[in-house]
Amino acid sequence: MKAFTIPTPVRYGINTALLILFLIAGNAITQSGLLGRAQNAIIIQVGFFIILAVSLNLVTGYLGQLPLGHAGFMAVGAYAGALFWRAHILPETLSIVVGLLLAGVVAALFGILIGVPALRLRGDYLAIITLGFGEIIRVVLTNLDSITYGARGLLNIPRHSSFLVVYICVIISCAVIHTLMKSRHGRAILSIRENEIAAESCGVKTTYYKVMAFAVSAFFAGIAGALFAGNLGILVPANFDFMTSINILMIVVLGGLGSMFGSVVAAAVLTFLPFVLQPLADYRMIIYSLMLIIVMIFKPSGLMGSYDFSLSRILEKVIGKALSLGRDKGGKNHGKA
Amino acid sequence: MGKRDPKAPFVPHRDAYKAPIMECVNLGIDFGGLTAVNDFCITIGPTEICGLIGPNGAGKTTIFNLLTKVYQPTRGSVYLQGIDTKDMNSVKANKAGLARTFQNIRLFKNMTVAENVLVGLHNSISYGLGEAILRFPSYWREERIARSRALELLEIFDMQDIGDQKAGSLPYGAQRRLEIVRALATAPKVLLLDEPAAGMNPAETEELMENIQKINKVFKIAILLIEHDMKLVMGICEGIGVLNYGRLIAKGTPAEIQRNPLVVEAYLGKGQSDSESGGEDSA
Amino acid sequence: MLFVSQLINGLQLGSIYALVALGYSMVYGIIKLLNFAHGDIIMVGGYIALFTLTFGQHPLIAAALTVAGCTVLAIVIEKLAYTPLRFAPRLSLLITAIGVSILLQNLAQYFFSATGRSFPGHLLLPQGGIALGSVQVAYTSIITILTSLISMVILTILVRRTRLGKAMRAVSEDQDAARLMGINVNSVITFTFAVGAALAGIGALMYSVRYPLMFPTMGAMLGLKAFVAAVFGGIGSIPGAMLGGYAIGMLEVLVTAVGLSGWVDGVVFMVLICVLMVRPTGIMGRSIMEKV
Repeated sequence: MKAFTIPTPVRYGINTALLILFLIAGNAITQSGLLGRAQNAIIIQVGFFIILAVSLNLVTGYLGQLPLGHAGFMAVGAYAGALFWRAHILPETLSIVVGLLLAGVVAALFGILIGVPALRLRGDYLAIITLGFGEIIRVVLTNLDSITYGARGLLNIPRHSSFLVVYICVIISCAVIHTLMKSRHGRAILSIRENEIAAESCGVKTTYYKVMAFAVSAFFAGIAGALFAGNLGILVPANFDFMTSINILMIVVLGGLGSMFGSVVAAAVLTFLPFVLQPLADYRMIIYSLMLIIVMIFKPSGLMGSYDFSLSRILEKVIGKALSLGRDKGGKNHGKA
Repeated sequence: MGKRDPKAPFVPHRDAYKAPIMECVNLGIDFGGLTAVNDFCITIGPTEICGLIGPNGAGKTTIFNLLTKVYQPTRGSVYLQGIDTKDMNSVKANKAGLARTFQNIRLFKNMTVAENVLVGLHNSISYGLGEAILRFPSYWREERIARSRALELLEIFDMQDIGDQKAGSLPYGAQRRLEIVRALATAPKVLLLDEPAAGMNPAETEELMENIQKINKVFKIAILLIEHDMKLVMGICEGIGVLNYGRLIAKGTPAEIQRNPLVVEAYLGKGQSDSESGGEDSA
Repeated sequence: MLFVSQLINGLQLGSIYALVALGYSMVYGIIKLLNFAHGDIIMVGGYIALFTLTFGQHPLIAAALTVAGCTVLAIVIEKLAYTPLRFAPRLSLLITAIGVSILLQNLAQYFFSATGRSFPGHLLLPQGGIALGSVQVAYTSIITILTSLISMVILTILVRRTRLGKAMRAVSEDQDAARLMGINVNSVITFTFAVGAALAGIGALMYSVRYPLMFPTMGAMLGLKAFVAAVFGGIGSIPGAMLGGYAIGMLEVLVTAVGLSGWVDGVVFMVLICVLMVRPTGIMGRSIMEKV
């Protein structure tokens, strides 16, 4: 029996409709004043953590490398975006778009800059070089007093990170990384994770794809950085220390290396959790780090594994089952999960 | 053996090839102070099936690594269709027409069978990054073509129905076959098979032999294989090279190799060669 | 004269880095793990020394307890967190190590609070110094340099001349082959962790004397820089770790001396990146070729 499939255009239609519905609902809730300032800020925060996690997942989950300087790319993007927005040289809407793009492009350039040398090295060395890069960025930002105002903080950043802006950025970054991974380029990236030597023997330019994945990952980290700046209104280099990189890594690992859905869920849960569990605030990091260790020991693929959520696949299953049930009324398939 | 002519063809009676597909001239590599391969010369015609045999550690896989540029040779050169591969890396060697399988299987285990073949087809698909992300018509068209091509290739080994299975979950023999399909997907001119029959039972080996010959005929490509299964080597190879301690000690047709006392000595050791050579012939 | 005192200063700092770097290097050499928790073991060592000294223990007892505490902690970590992952992918092991590091930092923060405490260095090592010509050299500098030198000599003898050392080298070369030769691989690995941690304990004492402010994340940057030293010298190599330690120590003192103290961390990592560009396995590291 041929499995039931939803035609591609219909699938796209359903997804788009849902996204728009979600957008309208979210926008209405955040605008209505039902939620306090703090709650709104958390929703925004979930947004840029999703972007950060999904972009890190590209390099860690799909490419199989472990960069420890994701906060560095975020920092570069944050300062680039914030400085541009502070200059107020364009009308607001245009300024937001250009600022975000600028943040992404600058971060991507840094991604290539660090990626080219770092990717010549394997595994642990790559981790340490990116870690070093993150630290260098922080030191430079602290000391470039005349531009960044160093540790005193860059103030008066226009608060451009509305729900709408963040939401659109989240959708774009998830969509881009998803479509990228479902193409020949994505398969090339996966093949490098699986077996680099075999990938090369199949004619996959491994260095090119590593740098490309790095650059795309950095691009979105930069955009997330700019959203971070536009949310807080103030930036200090200490926002982007090693712990920030580790926090993002934690989201990716707990969500499941190589699962975009896992990254999204984990970003939301780990951002919300501290606010829900106020009484446990003192233990938060202890619990997180213990979770990290335990997950690695017992379920190294992360909580979601490499499971990827697909609404249309679920719909297909449900409809397919309904159809087959309708056909043989005995309902023999009932027991099958 | 006297002085070898470096251009001497692998298979004497196939001398007719005016334009050999692959030539190795005095190929050699040292690891540290150790000479792993030395003075390796072969010439292969565009549609030959050739074999490399020799005891374990003789340097057979090292030669594959030299040919596919996993290692850069210390001495000598490899020519593909007359072009020196000196400045190539693994990727360029593949694009120039060399594809291989690995002795210790190197599949993309967490990807599906079809995806493994699609990675092999990577360079035969041309849509760019932007076209992929924005899902241009070219993306859909080329993906569709590539997928049907992948299934076609899988059909060689009758694997078209398991395209959605994880490559790592396949039984051992099927993994070896999938590696061959993946290598074929890169549209090679020379296919290098590193112990394709290892771990297969006699029936599977029999089938593999037929399939290798089929590939050779259908795709019109040269095949160079490393194998310990003498039945397979003697059965399908037109030319055989025997390697011992990194040196080619004999080359010729299966019949010639079976008669060669040096070969028997390399396999069985000195002293026994006289009494055992008859037995080796019939193997 | 300023130069000589800066040189000694750099040697002192370098000795500490070298001691810590050895721990990284040995563990990496044997199970190819970047033990991120190593720096935090030093932090715990620092706190042990702090508490034993403030409770009026003899300096030698305090030192012994610190070294013992670090060793035990490392063994516990190795058994609980790393052993279950012996055959897991390297990425999992690395992430676990990061997890252990954060766990230690946050446990310390919970128990000892995040505020800094000053370390009573005068209770551990004699104050003052001796005059070498016109240069005043502090006893602490001399003791630090000598202690680290002696530790390294002992370590070298241990690795080069003893049965256990031979087993360690065998395991780092090929675990499976070592197991077949009747070497108890697990206990050799545990022993390696223990030795690395003991050196870290000594390093903790010396570091606390030099930077007498204890806080839960004090080990993080020290660990990172010591790791840089290990990579710089060539990870897995004992003389490399020493060389790297001295080089990074000197570099830091030099950068501070020319008035760029704010840039120290940046410069250290910059130099690391440059070194790795030229020699991907560090100055004294061996290149490893993957078998195909």
